Amino acid sequence: METIITGTSGILGMAAVAAVIIGFVFVNATALGYIERKLCGHFQRRLGPMEVGWHGILQMPVDGIKLIAKQLIAPRNVAGILFYLSPLLALAPVALPLLVMPFAPRLQALDLETGLVFVLAMMSFNTFAVFLAGWSSNNNYSMIGALRSVAQNISYEIPILLSLLTVVFLARSLSLRHLVQVQEPLWFFLQHPSAAIAFIIFFIAAIAETNRSPFDLPEAESELTAGFHTEYGGIAFALFMIAEYTCMFINCCLATAVFLGGWQGLWLPLGAYGSGLVFLIKAYALMFVIIWCRWTFPRVRFDQLMNFSWKYLIPIGLGNFVLAALMTKI
Amino acid sequence: MKTYVREILSGAASLVSGLGVTLQALLSRPVTVPYPRKKIAMQPGYRGHPVLTRDFATGILRCIACGTCSRMCPSRCISVTGTQRNGERRKSPQTFVLDFSRCSLCGTCVEVCPVSGLAFSHTCGMAVRSRAACVLDLVKLAEESSCTNTVCLQK
Repeated sequence: METIITGTSGILGMAAVAAVIIGFVFVNATALGYIERKLCGHFQRRLGPMEVGWHGILQMPVDGIKLIAKQLIAPRNVAGILFYLSPLLALAPVALPLLVMPFAPRLQALDLETGLVFVLAMMSFNTFAVFLAGWSSNNNYSMIGALRSVAQNISYEIPILLSLLTVVFLARSLSLRHLVQVQEPLWFFLQHPSAAIAFIIFFIAAIAETNRSPFDLPEAESELTAGFHTEYGGIAFALFMIAEYTCMFINCCLATAVFLGGWQGLWLPLGAYGSGLVFLIKAYALMFVIIWCRWTFPRVRFDQLMNFSWKYLIPIGLGNFVLAALMTKI
Repeated sequence: MKTYVREILSGAASLVSGLGVTLQALLSRPVTVPYPRKKIAMQPGYRGHPVLTRDFATGILRCIACGTCSRMCPSRCISVTGTQRNGERRKSPQTFVLDFSRCSLCGTCVEVCPVSGLAFSHTCGMAVRSRAACVLDLVKLAEESSCTNTVCLQK
């Protein structure tokens, strides 16, 4: 395994990469939190945070300091160590997919042959964390939220896999780097009709997979107070939030790399590194759409959620997959 | 099958039109302001505490200290004393004390005043630290402000 960022090799290089990625997770979650609150305000014709710093730009760091300073309160009869472990378990795996994400031709920490599988496996860990948090909290709201989360994630994992499998069929590779490289003339999204359908399926399922509105049933405020993280406060709550935002960002990165041509599309100086900017622009544009959806659509009911996956996304995804298979063979 | 496809298409269309509505909201100007530093214009019909009004031409207080307002006040929160100044036939108010902690802003005093000497101000946000601070002398307030409008906008 070689690191592709030049000048990094050995243990020191690995440590540097790890530091950069962990730093990026926190900075990215802070930035996304600010963007979310600001956009939320403007979608509702408010101003959003305005007080701390220029246009409230320091609001999120200040909130972070406040959350770190708060006492961690555990209710009676929580499941001991698991209660404290689950926020860490939520955060740790979501940082790892960034290792294999191909931001630019020379800006990828690790190019695994099975990068796509690695990302999907790591993302599934989030469900464990959510379930563990809900179960160990000794609270009925948390428990219901956790159960919903598991049911939802099982249902929506399938369309995600089906849509990605379509593209893997077209590219004949599981390496994210290779997946981007084969989109050289034209992005998959534009290149192939079944890839375009797969992108839409993937995007909808990714919103559901990350428990985002309109599929945010595990933390439905009106029914479950705060769902699985009801009993968490302070930094534990912050870790859940950071994990959620990182999850969303990774899904956007995945969609960018697999469907939208990754770093390609614009010539930039220092292309081997600079085209990472193109990648990030695409990923943040997708993030904008996710936020846009959140402040537009009301939350679905649980039966609607299940119907949508099993009656629409999965059959269409399967049909789409068969179509792609036929078209590549003929 | 036909209804299935139609459902998907009509559903997608309605979702997209919903996104259009919120996008319009995003691109239009916010309607709120960061309050303590910026304030929006008060509605003309707003009822702040009553104030004494001045005559347009002469600029003197219209009140003739007849005491109708204090007699009609259902909360009995107005007390007026008046004097006849030298060389004037009419009376002028010496003190016009309004206990705002009891005032219900019913508007009876404004309605019954025979000379339109009272009006609602546009003062809001009147937080005070004691009940005594709620007792306002409207003559003093009118002297402090040099407003010559029919409605004195400020204290």
